[in-house]
Amino acid sequence: MHDKPPAAAGPPPPKGTITGAQAVVKFLLDRGLKTVFGYPGGAVIPLYDALYKSGVRHILARHEQGAVHMADGFARATGSVGVVIATSGPGATNLVTGLANAHMDSVPLLAITGQVPTTSIGSDSFQEADIYGISIPITKYNYLVKNADELVESLAEGLHIARTGRPGPVLVDIPKDVQTSYLKYGEPNEIRLPGRDPGEPPSEAAVAALAEALERSQRPVFYVGGGAVAAGVAEDILRLAEGSDAAVATSLLAKGVFPDGHPLSLGLPGMHGPKYSNMAINESDLIVGLGVRFDDRVVGDVRRFAPFAKIAHVDVDPAEIGKRLQVELPVAGDLKLVLKALQGELKPGPKPRWRARVAELKKKHPLQAPESPEVVKPQKLVSLLSEAAGEDAIFVTDVGQHQMWCAQFLSVKKPRRFLSSGGLGTMGFGLPAAIGAALGAEKLQVVAVCGDGGFQMTLQELACARQYDVPVKIVISDNGCLGMVRQWQQFFHKRRYSETIFQFNPDFARLAEVFGVPGRRVEKPRDLPGAVDWLFQTKGAALLDVFVDPEENVLPMIPAGKGQTDFYEAET
Amino acid sequence: MKKIISILVRNKPGVLSHVAGLVTRRAYNVESIAAGPTEDRKITRITLVVSGDEKVLEQVVRQIQKLVDVIKVDGIPHESAMTGELALITVSLPRERKSELMNLVSLLGMTVKTIEKDSITLQVAGSAQRVDSAINGLSPFTIKSMARTGLVALPLGQNGEGADPFP
Repeated sequence: MHDKPPAAAGPPPPKGTITGAQAVVKFLLDRGLKTVFGYPGGAVIPLYDALYKSGVRHILARHEQGAVHMADGFARATGSVGVVIATSGPGATNLVTGLANAHMDSVPLLAITGQVPTTSIGSDSFQEADIYGISIPITKYNYLVKNADELVESLAEGLHIARTGRPGPVLVDIPKDVQTSYLKYGEPNEIRLPGRDPGEPPSEAAVAALAEALERSQRPVFYVGGGAVAAGVAEDILRLAEGSDAAVATSLLAKGVFPDGHPLSLGLPGMHGPKYSNMAINESDLIVGLGVRFDDRVVGDVRRFAPFAKIAHVDVDPAEIGKRLQVELPVAGDLKLVLKALQGELKPGPKPRWRARVAELKKKHPLQAPESPEVVKPQKLVSLLSEAAGEDAIFVTDVGQHQMWCAQFLSVKKPRRFLSSGGLGTMGFGLPAAIGAALGAEKLQVVAVCGDGGFQMTLQELACARQYDVPVKIVISDNGCLGMVRQWQQFFHKRRYSETIFQFNPDFARLAEVFGVPGRRVEKPRDLPGAVDWLFQTKGAALLDVFVDPEENVLPMIPAGKGQTDFYEAET
Repeated sequence: MKKIISILVRNKPGVLSHVAGLVTRRAYNVESIAAGPTEDRKITRITLVVSGDEKVLEQVVRQIQKLVDVIKVDGIPHESAMTGELALITVSLPRERKSELMNLVSLLGMTVKTIEKDSITLQVAGSAQRVDSAINGLSPFTIKSMARTGLVALPLGQNGEGADPFP
């Protein structure tokens, strides 16, 4: 092994220049992007050569999809930009799901891909894929850097785009010859994108109208989304809600922005939200959307959503306002600035009747947590984990039934403590995202809760967790089936369980052991508390495979496209 | 309902892919798309003609505005736009009907680009209506091939600037 790069053949480099690959590494270090996730390959060999002993911490995933979900989990946990590197062709296309996932949930990522040399582009050469074209609809912006002189500027602009306004993933595709070309590294000029200014103050008239509506409202509900996490406004929302007695519903991505268990907290609204959450929205006279998409899984039937309410919508992305619902009070702008302006305008008044009504709804229509001495109920498992992990833990979920039970039964009181694939619903997200989160938030306990289906999509990353001694606690809510689809088949397809029951599953505890991660299996409720203790007391990564009731359903449920209180009555 | 959307974009590689991709991805109906340079070399103007109801059209404008390379979007109602289009039309020309065709050409305000042995290529420029009527007027003859540029437009009376993006 050589520590110094071998002397290159050919003419010596021009004075004061570095290679494109070295420029990428210098850029990452200069911007404090010191942790990157990736996987090498032919078209990024020069870049990996520049990374060698460079001071950048490179985490070697076992699949590019794992790497991009790790970068995503890192970004969600820390609030900084996640960086992922992949080679051309299959390396780049393996990022697609992760980019689409980050795009849907507005997560800032910088994806750097190698590309075949500029002289070969377009000739279907080995490991060539048009990742620029492929990634247009699933990134906020993307670049194909054809010239070394444009490289640093593209990286700087891309990073700026990824983290300003509504955040999102940016891809920079760098051909191999651009990585080896020499360039003069100059600090790029201040980034100015004509036509957009995310720091623009919100319209005073719009804020005043919202303040007036809020003062007049007798039954206000804040519906808070992932935008509130990005804007860092949890405290502002808490103050505003308490000052105006607004009940607060948090979307899946905003879980923790408003503390679970607060008297004004409504939890998750929509399809699998508690009944009281949807009933409060149904009775409300003013819904204030704060950095949220009014997603179809929340709104259901557009004509019957919050029938007595005026709709106000604050969002940094004007295109979101009015996309699905008719909005009477639109406020385009940065949430932090809008809430600050709103606090200046508002003369808050207590609304004791609404506060009492919310308390009554919560008391009368709580979430049901079934109990059984025979089989572990997944709801019980989630509650136990929540207690054992404590308030500061970060929970990362996969996608499916367990994700909804986590949304319902985990008690999360701070932002960036509950990470989940919301918009895209990407199975396989949980384990790698948890690894990324744990590498970003090293002082916090990270718990990955996965189903047995999603876990099998990216379980190779156990090797990554082991290699870097990432102390992530992995819990498999193991029902031996694809529970959410099975539930829909039960309710809407006459129990015809088409391809949703796994006739074979590996022994996940033993599988973990093979990866060097201690594992245990729990089959009976009586063994669960001890096993959870074991999980949290074991040093480093550990895995708990918990057999849960395969027949359990996520309830309440509002079938897709139905009205706010059309709760599905499941036969028991 | 039809709407003309005039878009100023940074003249970057791939910008047309971004705009066209957005339009197809969100399943908007595009009648035509035309792109060309403006008075500033760094800026390109793209003219889109889309159809759909008012709500859809408003979404089109907002989604386009969101694209990073887009500097400015104007949704222009048809009646307050200066528009123009150009078409090249090759018509087969039977020798015995040459004078009949030449009459039609001058009547329809077309110009002759080239004359081949048994065909003639004509050009017409002006409003979309004018181009349409020229094409219809040629119906007694066989049109062998045709190319239209699609509409280009500027808002009326404001030197192309300052029109309300959501009229």
